[in-house]
Amino acid sequence: MRHLIRRLGFYLVALWASVTLNFLIPRLSPGDPAAALLARMHGRISPAALHALEIQYGISHDPLFTQYVQYLVNMLHLDLGTSFTSFEPVTAVIARDLPWTLALVGLALVISFVVGTVLGVAVAWWRGSKTDTILMPAFTFISAIPYFWFALALVFIFGYSLRWLPSYGGYDIYTYSPGMDLGFFLSAVQYAILPAFTIVVGSIAGWMLGMRNTMVATLAEDYVLMAEAKGLSRWRVMMTYAARNAILPNITSFALSLGFVVSGSLLTEIVFNYPGIGYALLEGVHNKDYPVIQGLFLIISVAVLLANFLADLVYVVLDPRVRSERG
Amino acid sequence: MSATLTPVQSTNKQPVDAGTRGLHGLRSLWRKATANGKVTIGLVIVTFFVLLALIGPLFVASNPNAFGSDISMSPSGAHPLGTTSYGQDVLAQVVVGARVSVALGFITGIIATIISVIVGLVSGYYGGWIDENLSVLSNVFLVLPALPLAIVLASFIPYKGPLTIGFVLTITGWSWGARVLRAQTLTMRNREFVTAAKATGEPAWRIIFFEIFPSEIGVVVAQLLGTIIYVILAEAGLEYLGLGDLSGVSWGTMLYWAGNSDSLALGYWWWFVPPGLCIAILGAGLAFVNFGIDEIANPRLRTIRAERSHKSKKVEAP
Repeated sequence: MRHLIRRLGFYLVALWASVTLNFLIPRLSPGDPAAALLARMHGRISPAALHALEIQYGISHDPLFTQYVQYLVNMLHLDLGTSFTSFEPVTAVIARDLPWTLALVGLALVISFVVGTVLGVAVAWWRGSKTDTILMPAFTFISAIPYFWFALALVFIFGYSLRWLPSYGGYDIYTYSPGMDLGFFLSAVQYAILPAFTIVVGSIAGWMLGMRNTMVATLAEDYVLMAEAKGLSRWRVMMTYAARNAILPNITSFALSLGFVVSGSLLTEIVFNYPGIGYALLEGVHNKDYPVIQGLFLIISVAVLLANFLADLVYVVLDPRVRSERG
Repeated sequence: MSATLTPVQSTNKQPVDAGTRGLHGLRSLWRKATANGKVTIGLVIVTFFVLLALIGPLFVASNPNAFGSDISMSPSGAHPLGTTSYGQDVLAQVVVGARVSVALGFITGIIATIISVIVGLVSGYYGGWIDENLSVLSNVFLVLPALPLAIVLASFIPYKGPLTIGFVLTITGWSWGARVLRAQTLTMRNREFVTAAKATGEPAWRIIFFEIFPSEIGVVVAQLLGTIIYVILAEAGLEYLGLGDLSGVSWGTMLYWAGNSDSLALGYWWWFVPPGLCIAILGAGLAFVNFGIDEIANPRLRTIRAERSHKSKKVEAP
């Protein structure tokens, strides 16, 4: 329990850090790009919203600390500001786009983690075999491909050349509208295949190589040798003796590389014009829509921190040593 | 074989000045590098791209960004990799673009690694509140998603170009190495040679950077390579988003223009395939060197199951 509270404390510090970064970056960046943009906003949004934006970007003449407190209060009220381009609250943008990203990235992550880990177990068990010597370099190469470039290649091959799968958007906008109906759901699944495949391929090598390395170390342990000597079935030694112990470090690396996968997914969404937060981020960057960019950064941070905390919980369940440890 | 020597020398500059232990390590590393197939392949790839970046642009006579009259041509004798929608020669752009992409990757990687060495070693060596604070700092940067943070930073800095990207990726790229090096230093701080150095009254900074640092050089090089891979991939991502210098030439900006000119829908595969393939091959080359180093440090990971038991344990013991 103490372990979890410590971790929780750490995540709160990390959350505070990301909020503070969000507060400081516009104020420390040279040339005051925010002020120029706010001048553009005069008369186009309500004075109250303008004032809120001024607080957000430090245009007000209050001392920095007062601004900071005001900013934190706004954050606590989930007031992330107003979009410069669509003039809707940033929270509305997030509420509209986040479910798409969560569904796509969440599903792709689970698939790639499970498949990658199983592959890693298998490759470590049969290391030195032909499959191993072919798979290792192949996966090393795959891990170095930029997500978005792989996505571009998929769009080109399956979207434009073969015309097998849709490669633009999140669902068939001409036939369906978002809602609880089967047609829309199936359409969304169809549109998600290529982006999800990109994320799976982009991230699978990391899990596989990580699992292979810890698995190889575990296989050299005496208890594995003992299990083999006892004449236990190969499957049992592989899964319940070796893989079960080797998976712990892989869960830690799962948590730590989450940020990379999320980053890659954002770029993937952009290539596919997928209606998630990655695409919203791109539009924000192109329109210099700072409130949207910052709000999206914040929500991505929160999501990654939450997922990390979940990985910690799983770790506690799987590893009895963490549970019994004091501190 | 002499050509493959360059990257090892350039990445390992520090240990040479760092005294005999480092020099010895370097020599044995070199011997093992040529013995390990992965490292050799990786070094050949990396050397090729470094040479391409250094010498290649000298062979490109014209301005690779100049608009030409041959528009959207598929690969041919005159244009081996075809031309863009603006009539620019893709091969010339790839060669000149290598300079920015490779240089930025290596320089930023080195700077970020220097930061992680300082943070990791100082926090591992001193322990106590210094370690406590530095660890929280690097762990926070580790869990915050790097690319979104880089996007926020890069979009607020009005100057768009390699300098901004390098700065942004340094800030987001140092934390992983710091964490690994801290863990490594923790296992070092109570070893005999450190105790001996303390007993002879060596100042702390000397112990950290001249005693502990050379014996961690393998880990540092692995971190350096990993950081360079991160920087090259993230740089391409940022430039693809249009956060780079759009009037310059680099692999990322090539992809930006290819993406924004509908090269996919129009079927101009020769425009976006070469820069992405270069990034992937260079990244894989660096990763091969890294895996090779891993195998040298941890013999169990070697694919060939030749040496096991006592020999491997001796090398692996921290």
